[in-house]
Amino acid sequence: MAIEPLSEIQHNVEGEAVAPTTTDDGEVLSRGRLIWRRFKRRRSAMVALGFIGLMFLFAFLGPLVIQWNYEQIDPTSFLEPPSSDHWFGTTQIGQDVFAQTLRGLQKSLIIGLLVGLISTSIAAVVGATAGYFGGAVERVNLFLVSLLLVLPDFLIIAIISPRLKGQSWLWFVLLLSIFSWTLAAMVVHSLTLSLRGREYVSAARYMGVPARTVISRHILPNMASFLIIDATLAVSGAILLESGLSYFGFGIQPPDVSLGTLIAQGTASAFTYPWLFAFSGGILVAIVLTVNIIGDALRDAIDPSSKSRAAL
Amino acid sequence: MAGYLIRRLAVSLVLVIVATTLAFFLASVTMSPRSNYEARNPPVPESSIDNALTAVNQNNKTPVVERYVTWVGGVLHGDFGKTLKGESINEEMGRRIGVTLRLLLIGSIFGAVFGVLFGVWGALKQYQFSDRLVTAFSFFWLAMPVFFTAVLLKYGALQINQSSGNTIFYYTGEATPGLEGSTFALLLDRFQHLILPTLAITLGEIALYSRYQRSAMLDVLGSDYLRTAQAKGLTRRKTFYKHGLRTALIPMTVWFAFSFGLLIVGATFTEKIFAWPGMGAWFIDSINAQDINVAAATTLFTAVLVLFSTFLADVMRAVLDPRVRTS
Repeated sequence: MAIEPLSEIQHNVEGEAVAPTTTDDGEVLSRGRLIWRRFKRRRSAMVALGFIGLMFLFAFLGPLVIQWNYEQIDPTSFLEPPSSDHWFGTTQIGQDVFAQTLRGLQKSLIIGLLVGLISTSIAAVVGATAGYFGGAVERVNLFLVSLLLVLPDFLIIAIISPRLKGQSWLWFVLLLSIFSWTLAAMVVHSLTLSLRGREYVSAARYMGVPARTVISRHILPNMASFLIIDATLAVSGAILLESGLSYFGFGIQPPDVSLGTLIAQGTASAFTYPWLFAFSGGILVAIVLTVNIIGDALRDAIDPSSKSRAAL
Repeated sequence: MAGYLIRRLAVSLVLVIVATTLAFFLASVTMSPRSNYEARNPPVPESSIDNALTAVNQNNKTPVVERYVTWVGGVLHGDFGKTLKGESINEEMGRRIGVTLRLLLIGSIFGAVFGVLFGVWGALKQYQFSDRLVTAFSFFWLAMPVFFTAVLLKYGALQINQSSGNTIFYYTGEATPGLEGSTFALLLDRFQHLILPTLAITLGEIALYSRYQRSAMLDVLGSDYLRTAQAKGLTRRKTFYKHGLRTALIPMTVWFAFSFGLLIVGATFTEKIFAWPGMGAWFIDSINAQDINVAAATTLFTAVLVLFSTFLADVMRAVLDPRVRTS
């Protein structure tokens, strides 16, 4: 009999705590609208958003529309400059650069999104458990963080990369995700430390709410703004890291292409056959730039008062 | 304070050991030095492959732990082992370390100094034209990967060289091989080789620092103690630079340590693209050549450098922030 009411209380506590963020639609909408209104005020951010939307359309619908496949070889044109037949020109072996760029763009965008999502989730879990539990958990997690700071993600993934040959690109996504969460985890850790002492967290704890629930329902939602912003910026970071690794052949493996491998192939002849290099390079820079602009505007919109951490 | 730094040094030592151990084992699992020999034509007999690999302690038939113990024993005596070709890693490293350190030193100093200057300037002129200019510049360069910047720089240098009719900028190697002449001519030659790689690595660094510095400075500018200092009769200039900037530099020390890893990765690209025989380029080559010892040695080098920068950041923090010194 003693257990029954307790579980009921737990339920109530959770219900109450959750109410303002999920069940009360009016509250959520008005906050969302507020953020959206602030975001819209930044013209550069709206342009960036439009551009990214366009890139997604290009990357995913483009290959269905154009007549060339990224692997297909056109035996009638080798190293031709851009023309009406091949919008971005052709490569040494007669592949259509436009089709390849679309394919590379698609890969880079998917990888960026997946890695941004996974690495932010890892950062949230590692940082929050370290901050919430303290003690041995904290020491182990923080040691992991400093270890990964000592061994830059680029280096470890490069060392593991010989194993990537002939594997699915999802392994590459996994590697990128598990080695690029360190900085965010440190911020989550310090945010958790400041949230742990709040009354509602103590209340939930004393009422017997399990730690997992306290973290997922009370601590992480209260740093949602940071997590959203970090996930956005992690996307651009991941795209850069991916292209850097692929540039050296440590990432996406041929015959598949990403923007990094395309740039690497084009670099050697960047001056003589600029279309091999300029399109993929320009699009990479444009994507990273726009994602950063969106992340910046998002931070200003979600959290106008915070100027600290407003760096990147 | 001294105790704190010593404790940090001890932790750093543990981190270096764990990091290099991890790198060694990872490399041993993922790389296969043997494949270099197996692909040869005419085929090499297995016993001679074994002999060659054992001679450089990279034979995968020897248990990994045994190889590791041999390797660590060597490292503790200051011997990093041999490359797959049987050359001494120490000698090669002696040649390469200077090249990389020069790039990193110049990159981090210029990046930090100009980044801080631009950041402070942007913060003082918040939302004015110059602030927008600095912001646009930094957003642009933050989005540019080093391998893209480098090609653009090469292209620009090529145009300038062609239009002037002289070779003003070099973009291959760190010095003209076999060049003879006065000390001045040699130094000038080095300088001409240095400009482009330094720019490639520094521009992004400046952009990064200026963003951090701008926000750190903005945090400080609104604070009460600056108003108090001004109310007591200090000039605006003096309050900003003596009271404001000093405080705003404290969080920067943390970012300095964090961004150093990025700088090293950037240097790797720079070395590879401008054909500088440095540690980063060697690391990339070692992975392509499946050379475990070289990969481990270059990783050790990186780990030590990152920890050194963290240590430096701690010292800088202690210099800037009296609270750190007394606690």
